[in-house]
Amino acid sequence: MINLTINDQFLSVPAGTTVLAAAQKLKINIPTLCNHPDLCVAGNCRVCVVEQKGARTLIAACATPVSEGMDIHTNTLKVRNARKHIVELLLTEHRSDCTKCYKNTKCELQALANEFAFGDTIFLDLVEDHPYTIDRSSPAFTKDDSKCIHCQRCVRTCAELQYISAIAVANKGAHQKISSFHDRPMSHVVCTNCGQCVNRCPTGALIEKTYIDYVWDAIYDPDKHVVVQTAPAVRVALGEDLGYDPGERVTGKMVTALRQLGFDSVLDTDFSADLTIMEEGTELLTRLKKILADGDKKTRLPMFTSCSPGWVKFIEHKYPEFLPNLSTCKSPQQMFGALAKTYYALTKKIDPSKIVSVSVMPCTAKKYEADRPEMRDSGYKDIDYVLTTRELAVMIKQAGIDFRILKPSPYDSVMGESTGAGVIFGATGGVMEAALRTAYEIVTGREVPFNNLNITPVRGMDGVKEASIKIEGCTEEWKFLEGVELKVAIAHGLANANKVMKRVKQGKAPYHFIEIMACPGGCIGGGGQPIPTNSEIRENRIKAIYSEDEHMILRKSHENPDVIALYKDFLGKPNSHKAHELLHTHYVERDNY
Amino acid sequence: MKNKGLNKVDLIFEKVNLKEVLIKAFKMSGDEIIQQVLASGLKGRGGAGFPTGLKWKYTAAEKSPEKYIVCNADEGEPGTFKDREILDRVSYKVYGGMAIAARAIGAKQGIVYLRGEYRFLLPQLMKELETFHKIIEEIGYDFKIRYAMGSGAYICGEESALFESIQGDRGEPRNKPPYPTTSGVFYKPTSINNVETLVTAMMIIKHGAETFTQLGTKDSRGSKVFSISGDTPTPGIFELELGMTVLQFVNEFGDGDTKAVQVGGASGFCVPRKKFTDTIIGFEGVPTGGSMKLFNSSRSMYNVLHNYLDFFAEESCGQCTPCRVGCQQLLKGVEKVKKGEAKSTYLNELVKLADTMKVASKCGLGQSVGNAFRTIVENFREEIIY
Repeated sequence: MINLTINDQFLSVPAGTTVLAAAQKLKINIPTLCNHPDLCVAGNCRVCVVEQKGARTLIAACATPVSEGMDIHTNTLKVRNARKHIVELLLTEHRSDCTKCYKNTKCELQALANEFAFGDTIFLDLVEDHPYTIDRSSPAFTKDDSKCIHCQRCVRTCAELQYISAIAVANKGAHQKISSFHDRPMSHVVCTNCGQCVNRCPTGALIEKTYIDYVWDAIYDPDKHVVVQTAPAVRVALGEDLGYDPGERVTGKMVTALRQLGFDSVLDTDFSADLTIMEEGTELLTRLKKILADGDKKTRLPMFTSCSPGWVKFIEHKYPEFLPNLSTCKSPQQMFGALAKTYYALTKKIDPSKIVSVSVMPCTAKKYEADRPEMRDSGYKDIDYVLTTRELAVMIKQAGIDFRILKPSPYDSVMGESTGAGVIFGATGGVMEAALRTAYEIVTGREVPFNNLNITPVRGMDGVKEASIKIEGCTEEWKFLEGVELKVAIAHGLANANKVMKRVKQGKAPYHFIEIMACPGGCIGGGGQPIPTNSEIRENRIKAIYSEDEHMILRKSHENPDVIALYKDFLGKPNSHKAHELLHTHYVERDNY
Repeated sequence: MKNKGLNKVDLIFEKVNLKEVLIKAFKMSGDEIIQQVLASGLKGRGGAGFPTGLKWKYTAAEKSPEKYIVCNADEGEPGTFKDREILDRVSYKVYGGMAIAARAIGAKQGIVYLRGEYRFLLPQLMKELETFHKIIEEIGYDFKIRYAMGSGAYICGEESALFESIQGDRGEPRNKPPYPTTSGVFYKPTSINNVETLVTAMMIIKHGAETFTQLGTKDSRGSKVFSISGDTPTPGIFELELGMTVLQFVNEFGDGDTKAVQVGGASGFCVPRKKFTDTIIGFEGVPTGGSMKLFNSSRSMYNVLHNYLDFFAEESCGQCTPCRVGCQQLLKGVEKVKKGEAKSTYLNELVKLADTMKVASKCGLGQSVGNAFRTIVENFREEIIY
């Protein structure tokens, strides 16, 4: 243990603790900006400088480990003057159009300015000294260099968590900027649109493309029938933007709010998550049958999940030779979209050209996914607009709804019913767990041999998880699987995905089925989720997801009555010709630069 | 205090038999070498002046099977060109110094990080290196040196940015601690020394620490190579004993009309005529990595300052706020004052900013911008304003 004093208060902390963390233990607040708990230490904004007695310079609290006998002062005149200067300097490079900015009142620089740099500054405005670009090329987010404060959170996110480095530092000195490969527009570089950078940007330099006004226009258009679907991870995080603590489930209130916003039908992506399990589970079993029973040499294993559009784009760029391993199933969002303008239209007797299909997602990559040219199997654009969790919170506020007093209400019918299996899609390991619940039962006629259906080995926050389940007592149709040890792996965050893919490439991955989610923690940690997102908040959201699952009467996808009805009335059976037309897709090999 | 006066010395460029010196050095234990260098009082010749013996001692104390001796030959300080001369004339002594350092700290690998603009020296340096490797092999010592090339960024002369550059990453300074002696190039314990420091250390081993301590002053032992430029009839490289005053220096090298000497390059200090008499060149006065630039009365100190600020605004790595934005503000600020668009008192605010940069910047670059700024603005205020 290391002994030190901070502001004359004594404490002992383990070696390696930073001055910042030590101060936090004493509830002493040191302002930070470039620091983020998910990322490696940068120490480049210098907002957190504090005074160490006897040191030649001030020290960055976030980047300096404690040492024996340290005497730290966090609020001396020297510190205050330096901090004020630093925040003022940051503001001179930042285009402060705060009142019009999407991040207004949610901007970390604004908060610091409010504390340290209010009033007139003595420094000169530098914004117009540098040519800047506002890159709107990505369908998922906007990158506005004029608001960038060079904290490099996005750069570290993209490199450390996602192994992409779509954004990186270029040039030096006054010309230093956060750029992309060869300064290309974001739509033309290896970017998965995951939005993890957007989630960590302290200012308005990286924000999601908002479609709020388009959705309002649709809602107020009397000729349009506007359906909305909500992803599983939205209901456990939306509350955070509306005054609740992380981990609060607000499902019923959210449904009521959406109805009050004026959506004609409020439906559930959980329904199509259940449907995904039926399609993807059947696809897996078919692949296993082709290989194990038919000796087919062309079929590929392991099969990868395909619900995360960030992951799909990652593999298209980085490991295109493994695209045949990727499940052909569309993501739940896109299955829903394809059905909204076919099955739903038919059932509700509505002209599909009049339907506007909106989804609320924890994700920015879903905006990109909805724009993919393959996603028009209904004959129309399957999903018209994708909103993030954050955008929905904005709409609720715009409508003047007092979220806290709303009474919960259930989803509308036809594609509104769901099971616990659909809910857990929102957490890492959830798709795997849902798939196993159904596939095991199809093959053996019995429930998965886990207490209360909770397949705990696939849960948790480890970057890469492995599990296996021995298949015993198969029914006649699946005899070829008797005694097979079904091996699965789960990865979340693309850096972890890359670790798994490296092993797959080396032939050192003996799995049958691999679930991969682009974002840390799965969808609950998505790029479109409330800010901040960090490991503690992710854990809380995951707890809420599993609690939602436990509270459901139905917890297996194949028991979803709306799914059963869909197959009976419309699709026939899983992986039928019609199901393939509407619910499956293909992929594109992309450049790796 | 009595000063030493101006004495020319010939230590760095003195011809020696490399093999003999190395045999002598390798008979000593690592610890004995370190003790000799400590006793000599040698401080780093790159400019920062950290005691070389201590640096070696800390690196030697690290328990790691892999350690490095890195030679910083990224000579980029404006007005410095002495390492170029040393490499050009006596590169074998640089290699020798590295081998002795390697022996002291327990390293088997050495890397010379050569300034991008010195690439033209590379063929002859490689030839010398071949000879050196042969000698080392004959002696039967396990040590290899390789070259890494810089690409023209001033910041890569900062030790941790230099490591990043060697590693193939963007040359940006790291957070310290950990210091290079614990975690240097490839995150292994590393002693990084300036070209001249290594040669000096070798000469200390050859002649013994006492010979060295007879030269210089208590705080600045020995002699050092100066790069002399500007308004002087005799520009060039001179090895001088440390401890002289600026006046003695100007009397020797000035053109009779010297109004200021910039000691230590753009990141160093400006000494005006009125302070020539009582300013000692060395760690007790104005330290220098060797750059001595003389200005006569025909020079505008505004132009000098503007040039330095322009340089820093360009050469800051750009990662930390005080340095990246501070340099731009200083530059733009003095321009405004000069044009009459800002009051002359604005200079006081800029000096305060330079003070913030000194205490809050991440590395030595940002921390030392204020040296020239403060000393030029304070001593030549009227030239900045009018």
